[in-house]
Amino acid sequence: MRAWFAANVPKDWVQRRNAEESMQARFEYLRAWQRKMFDAGWAGVSWPKEYGGRGATLMEQVIFIEEMARAEAPPMANVLGLGLIGPTIIAFGNDAQKKRYLPKILSAEEIWCQGFSEPNAGSDLAALSSEAKLGGDAFIVNGQKIWNSYGWAADWCELVVRTDPSVEKHKGLTVLLVDMKSAGVEVRPLKQMTGESEFCELFFRDVRVPTANVIGKINDGWRVAMGTLMHERGTFGAGLQVNYRRNFNRLVEIAHRMNRAGDPLVRQKLAQAYTEIEVMRFNQMRAFSRINETGVPGPEGSIQKIFWSELNQRFQQTAQEIMGAYGQLAHGAADAIDEGQWEYGYLRSRGNTIEAGTSEIQRNIVGHFVLGLPKSY
Amino acid sequence: MQFGLSESQQILKNNARKFFAAECPVSEVRRIMETESAHDEKLWGRMAEQGFLGVLIPEEAGGMGLGMVELAALAEEMGRALVPGPFLATLAGAAAIEAAGSQKHLAQIASGEIKTTLALLEASASWDPDAVAMQGLIGEKMFVPDAGVADVIVVAARDRGELALYLVYGDSLQKTAMPAIDLTRRLYKLQFDNARGELLARGETARKALDRAVDIATAALCAEMTGGMQRVMEMAVEYAKTRKQFGKPIGQYQAVQHQCADMLVWTESSRSAAYYAAWALDNHAPDARAAVSVAKVYSSDACREVGNRGVQVQGGMGFTWENDVHLYYRRAKSSEIAFGDATFHRERIARLVIDQMNARTAVGV
Repeated sequence: MRAWFAANVPKDWVQRRNAEESMQARFEYLRAWQRKMFDAGWAGVSWPKEYGGRGATLMEQVIFIEEMARAEAPPMANVLGLGLIGPTIIAFGNDAQKKRYLPKILSAEEIWCQGFSEPNAGSDLAALSSEAKLGGDAFIVNGQKIWNSYGWAADWCELVVRTDPSVEKHKGLTVLLVDMKSAGVEVRPLKQMTGESEFCELFFRDVRVPTANVIGKINDGWRVAMGTLMHERGTFGAGLQVNYRRNFNRLVEIAHRMNRAGDPLVRQKLAQAYTEIEVMRFNQMRAFSRINETGVPGPEGSIQKIFWSELNQRFQQTAQEIMGAYGQLAHGAADAIDEGQWEYGYLRSRGNTIEAGTSEIQRNIVGHFVLGLPKSY
Repeated sequence: MQFGLSESQQILKNNARKFFAAECPVSEVRRIMETESAHDEKLWGRMAEQGFLGVLIPEEAGGMGLGMVELAALAEEMGRALVPGPFLATLAGAAAIEAAGSQKHLAQIASGEIKTTLALLEASASWDPDAVAMQGLIGEKMFVPDAGVADVIVVAARDRGELALYLVYGDSLQKTAMPAIDLTRRLYKLQFDNARGELLARGETARKALDRAVDIATAALCAEMTGGMQRVMEMAVEYAKTRKQFGKPIGQYQAVQHQCADMLVWTESSRSAAYYAAWALDNHAPDARAAVSVAKVYSSDACREVGNRGVQVQGGMGFTWENDVHLYYRRAKSSEIAFGDATFHRERIARLVIDQMNARTAVGV
């Protein structure tokens, strides 16, 4: 693995990270890189062999991710397909669906996004109102989704819709796999406080989705969607920890260069950041050991979500304090450190405690499902 | 590496929980903490029978010859039960003797005949071994845990300028109790006036032995703190489920429920860090010392915060003498201080990690 990375990691990635480049161009670059990893058999280390994976344990997957980071390898493009939707299809999909979708997730031939949140159904996801009506061998879907990542690049969407409005809100939901090129799908970029449009709004107007594209059972979508969210909370952090470690290393280098690394307060804050990133890594290893035993991530994944999101906000603040006046300089400022990525990182981290379930929702989950306290809502 | 406990480690942990639930319920803790030494000879003897006093001591020296992860599992259960007395003190002393290459007294320590402790701090109250200033066996040591019942004391001092470890007999020096916040462990001031003892190690050997012993004791302490946090969280959650106000259990209110959720995050994270530190020490991992500091930074702050919330969630009841939470809250503060608080260990991480990462080794542009 190490040898393959040494020979194949593109040499221009490190420079490219900071280069002036459109989000789309960068995405195509990462897509080509994922394809290369797929061809060498590295794209889905912990996925079953029959669908192009290596059948490795999650622990081996973690080692793999750490090796990727050590090699300074670019991330793979199909983030949600690899991390969330692929595992959901593995857990809930039928054989035909696994054969149809999984290899193309690994090869980055088909990019995936999630259609979960709606304007009036955020934390209260089960209150969603996008509807799908059955007509013959297809559903007709109408509705609006929001906070959708990668919608601008996606070929497919894991979409949660209401298929039975007559029953209790959690019971009438279904998860559909929707071809984003279907007639009636519209993608509108949503400009964030960072200035970029990482997220989109999705509009569905009389979109036809074959019933063969139901994942799991009709009206059993809540269980499937929760499976996806458990992955989002529980296992997604493995890759993040690697990014955090790289950011930490870079910040230490900057602190040394700015002659701040001898300041006792700076030392305390850097050491606190190191501590938290390490503890996140140890938590992750324990969580993966548990998933290995039980097969699925559980509600304790919310602990991870709380931890990584709040850690990053503290870390970005520490970075700002160390860089002082330089920290605020944005992309395009000649004197900006790392092309303004710290200004960006500071703003972007605000989203961490909101995306993938707010910190408040995570604490509700921990309180009710882990500690057994009465449901508060 | 496998990050969960092995079957035999889990059995040890379960047995320890059962043992302390039977032999050292909180009523016993309260009885023992009222005694002069906060030590109970009968309980100590039972612990020896279980092998608990010689977990790390090699089998040929009369111990169990197990590793740090087993020790952490035991310490976690002891923390949960708030076991009073000189367990941690004896562990630190025995670890120093062994790390210095001696087997002296180890068999009697494992069998419970001899108790020991480690005398490190002086008037400067610094946990840095470089701060040790006492020349030979003349002078004063402070904040020495459970020295009152220690038969043999490992003393860090200077021998012609070099760091040295001495084995000193407990009956050849003057011990004065220093009443302090933790009622389950005693601190002592020791006055040495040509006390009876022998040189255990000096120079580099002494430094390495002291570092190793302190790291072992610190990792065990972090596991013990985790056990304490677990118990405080359980008490708070139990109270939040049963106490009703405005017609509902208070744990249904998010202001209370989210404090409980935070307690879980801190407790689980401390557990991860403590067991990793134990594993790293056993395996002589390159980051073992940093891992010990990571665990101590995290659990020092977390243990205090869990205690804070544990009191707050239980309201007025949490502030009473009868409620057990203050016993844990007191222990949390003394444990936070022991072997260096979070601020001390953050500086240690700065030296071990940040100072080593100059511009050459850092990743990036």
